Amino acid sequence: MCQWCPSLHRTMLRSILGKTFRLLGYTLQYGCIAHCAFEYVGGVVVCSGPSMEPTIQNSDIVFAENLSRHFYAIQRGDIIIAKSPSDPKSNICKRVIGLEGDKVFTHSPSDYLKSHSYVPRGHVWLEGDNLQNSTDSRYYGPIPYGLIRGRICLKIWPLNDFGLLRDSPNGHRFSDE
Amino acid sequence: MMPAQGFGRRYMKAFLKGFFVAVPVTVTFLDQVACVARVEGASMQPSLNPGGSHSSDVVLLNHWKVRNYEVQRGDIVSLVSPKNPEQKIIKRVIALEGDIIKTMGHKNRYVKVPRGHMWVEGDHHGHSFDSNAFGPVSLGLLHAHATHILWPPKRWQRLESILPPERAPVQIEEK
Repeated sequence: MCQWCPSLHRTMLRSILGKTFRLLGYTLQYGCIAHCAFEYVGGVVVCSGPSMEPTIQNSDIVFAENLSRHFYAIQRGDIIIAKSPSDPKSNICKRVIGLEGDKVFTHSPSDYLKSHSYVPRGHVWLEGDNLQNSTDSRYYGPIPYGLIRGRICLKIWPLNDFGLLRDSPNGHRFSDE
Repeated sequence: MMPAQGFGRRYMKAFLKGFFVAVPVTVTFLDQVACVARVEGASMQPSLNPGGSHSSDVVLLNHWKVRNYEVQRGDIVSLVSPKNPEQKIIKRVIALEGDIIKTMGHKNRYVKVPRGHMWVEGDHHGHSFDSNAFGPVSLGLLHAHATHILWPPKRWQRLESILPPERAPVQIEEK
């Protein structure tokens, strides 16, 4: 048993601890930068589900910006990501059809006549582009603006569909009514 | 000449490095862990702001506790107002999803709280814009859990999660 072994072990231990703390420090720092970037600028999102076809297909990758919601600049026709009103841990991706005060048509399968209602203050009316296969405001009603997390501005994948997103295929005409 | 320029550049580099570390960490801390806020209004009297506009309480808001949207009946929480997304309101949680409660001044006498929603009320009934006005609110609007009063010093206390017995739910859904 050599006499300089204990001090060698101590030095190795100190350098390992030093490296670990530095690694934790960098992880914390970059984690915070990543959080601020996503929260206040934007990030990449993978969409799943058929409710926004043909504009967004299942497993498409899009870029969502989070500046519009902080400046309350979401407009009719925007495709937004929001927290689901019935499950806050999951997200929904729909198109904004009506802002507060707008008149929207609520198609109920049971009603023969189309009824309409007005979007309450502080809420938005969402509909998926694939009207036959979308659970949206026609089912759960208007959702509070505070649930909106970001606005999708660009499709990244698949590459043959790269670019800005198309307008609604359902012929909504958005006028300031 | 040369040393002074070198010192200025090194100072700038150190300042920028500190800035890019301190700002994201502080912002993330205030968004995700905890922050403080001044309470305005009389809707939570006498628990908060008993002195009215003369002295507003300052409360500690704990984001970390609600990161998984777990709240208990009786908690005092802050949430984004469903009628005005620019404003945050502070109320007490009265009922969770699945509970049936008797309302005070709502258009329906009895309400079953839907999945993913909660029912909030201010302690000062009649002077409170709460679920009796706008119905159950989505848990996604939860902002933080108010745990302590920090100012004024004579009102330092831990805010207890007490559900007033007369506001207890009529029926609780067993999970």
